[in-house]
Amino acid sequence: MSTQTTSPARPPAVRLRALGWVRANLLATPLSAAVTLLCLWLLWQTVPGLIGWAVIDARWSGTTREACQGATGACWVFVRAWFDQFVYGFYPVDQRWRVDVAGIVFALFAAVLLWPGFPRKRVVGVVAAVAFPPACIVLLLGGWFGLPVVETRLWGGMMLTAFMAVYAGLIAVPLGILLALGRQGRLPLIRTVSVILIEFWRGVPILTVIFLASFILPLIVPAGVTVDQLARAVIALGLVIAAYMAEVVRGGLQTLPPGQAEAARALGLNYWKTTLLIVLPQALRVSIPGLVNEFIALIKNTSLVLIISLFDLLGVAHRAKSDPQWAGQGLEAYVFAGGVFWLVCFALSRYSLGLERRLGVGKR
Amino acid sequence: MSKRTGLSRYLFDRRVLDAVTQVAVVGGLCALIWYFVSNASDQLVRGGIASGFDFLWRSSGVDVPVKLIPHANASSYANLLLVGVLNTLLVSAIGIVIATVLGFAIGIARLSRNWLLARLCGAFIEFVRNIPLLFFVLAWYFVIVNMLPPLRQSLSPGAGIFLNNRGLYIPWPDQPSRFLAVPAAFLAGAVVFWLVRRWAAARRARTGRGFPVGTVGGILMLGLPLAAALGAGAASVWDVPVRGGFNFRGGIVLIPEFVAIVVALATYTAGFIAEIVRGGILAVSKGQIEAAQALGLKHGEILRLIVVPQAMRAIVPPLTSQYLNLIKNSSFGAFIAFPETVSVFLGSTLTQTGQAIEIAAITLAIYLAISLAVSALMNWYNRFVAIPTR
Repeated sequence: MSTQTTSPARPPAVRLRALGWVRANLLATPLSAAVTLLCLWLLWQTVPGLIGWAVIDARWSGTTREACQGATGACWVFVRAWFDQFVYGFYPVDQRWRVDVAGIVFALFAAVLLWPGFPRKRVVGVVAAVAFPPACIVLLLGGWFGLPVVETRLWGGMMLTAFMAVYAGLIAVPLGILLALGRQGRLPLIRTVSVILIEFWRGVPILTVIFLASFILPLIVPAGVTVDQLARAVIALGLVIAAYMAEVVRGGLQTLPPGQAEAARALGLNYWKTTLLIVLPQALRVSIPGLVNEFIALIKNTSLVLIISLFDLLGVAHRAKSDPQWAGQGLEAYVFAGGVFWLVCFALSRYSLGLERRLGVGKR
Repeated sequence: MSKRTGLSRYLFDRRVLDAVTQVAVVGGLCALIWYFVSNASDQLVRGGIASGFDFLWRSSGVDVPVKLIPHANASSYANLLLVGVLNTLLVSAIGIVIATVLGFAIGIARLSRNWLLARLCGAFIEFVRNIPLLFFVLAWYFVIVNMLPPLRQSLSPGAGIFLNNRGLYIPWPDQPSRFLAVPAAFLAGAVVFWLVRRWAAARRARTGRGFPVGTVGGILMLGLPLAAALGAGAASVWDVPVRGGFNFRGGIVLIPEFVAIVVALATYTAGFIAEIVRGGILAVSKGQIEAAQALGLKHGEILRLIVVPQAMRAIVPPLTSQYLNLIKNSSFGAFIAFPETVSVFLGSTLTQTGQAIEIAAITLAIYLAISLAVSALMNWYNRFVAIPTR
């Protein structure tokens, strides 16, 4: 038996780490190498052209169409000229500060509520849900406190997109929770009604609902009452998204072991106390990422109100295209609107992924 | 604890409370609906708007550029509606096929060990999923109409296919009905495959001998339709587009509206399907694959016998809702005046007749019927891939 310790062999020296990585991840097999070449060729065919169009050959400065004469790239001057409409729609110029105020207050609330671990979130949440929505409508619509009335048909752009997403969300979340509770409850008639409502709204295109709301809602209210076009769109969006959110909440309710509710009943809590104090807090925790995803879908779907001549961000781009002063331009406006949508939705989807990880959903 | 007596015993009985709650909710809903209906009938009478479905048989005065059945200005609204529904189904069917193929390819490639390919597919998925579908519909339409070359400088990859700002010109067979052999071959292949599978399972149970079911299935369900397509193509006389002075002669043209809505729907939905496929494959636990390797299964066998069946279980239910979304989203054709259901019925017909309630009922019923039919079909398919339970 040898008593001498042998020193272990040293690991092989990694000479060129980058080269090793390339070998393992891009050239592992002949097929992989061929795929890499194909991808590079595809990138070579598209990326330089795109950069050329969007940056190098693009025109950035100037105010009129003449600034873009003869340009082979994008005419960002056009987007700059329409920029105010992209943000405010056709809101009167001297009243735009009202939109700014509403936007800043909304951004503050959103920042506080999305901030993990911010103190007194519950109080802020209640204020945001109860006081902010009516105050914001008063501010934007006017008619009180000496603010001149700004009709909703003048609203547009990002402001309208944000407004519709927030207010349709305010309808959809509570309604969705109620529908989900009804569907999971033990009362057969209410369960049937909930199932019919959910499946109906999920079975028809949102576009038809928005379109029909603008024709049917004026018919079913008493004569003489008018429902604002924007209100019709928000109600339609809210109803449909509520059905989708109900299914997300139902998923959350189903992850809850029945023992939780049974224990609460055994302690003497009635249905509403059991639901509000025991079931919903746990179920919603699981549902929040899914609800954020539905909210992203809602933001994307707001652009459908173009069908009833409301011009959200994408609608303004569509309208800018037919501006006679900028005849022939158009793609730039779409690209700008699409880019803004992408930024917002991508950020939200990353936030939802982060939440999922933080709440440990799916790891139960 | 005091025992409740008399009337209050009934008032606080759970069954009584349940019944009262349900009657209250349902009664309230019925009252609300009755209120809406009475308002609507008041308004209709006051506005002098006709009601009933008689308008369906009147001449529409509307013609459309894309139709699978004969239609002219003089044809009825019912015929126009049928044209629209068929166009919805056409766009949806083509969109679903392309989106499925593209989505599965991208979803699998997203998991490739080739870093560049995986990243490119990831970028595509993140790109399409975070932008409204309406953007793609409008942008594709704009690109085709405004940025493709005019007729004289048509792009052509050969084979008699031309692309310009008036649409996509493709060769067309003299008797398209010959191509019905393709779905027929697929169905026949599926039936034979089902019989072979049963026979193979029975023989394996009896003798323990295996049978290459997967290969035979592939040949039957992909090979047979392919052979049918090639046969039909060879038997047909192709009408190839030829450039004339002002237009193409021969072949058929897929108008820009059609190309834009199909491309937008297919690429957008492919992004969502790719995520579902990726999630489904990742949902197969590693232990399953390791166990299969330990049993000595080959790579292909592991994929075919272990990974795909389990992944499909996670994929099919969300895939169904993507198919339904695509069908519902085909209504976006209304924005670019592609003559599908919403465009011809909620657009043209409603503007001309003003009969909002009847038209709403018909349109919603059509979409609900399509949705229910597709979910029933996919649920039926799901029964085959689901975990057998007793």
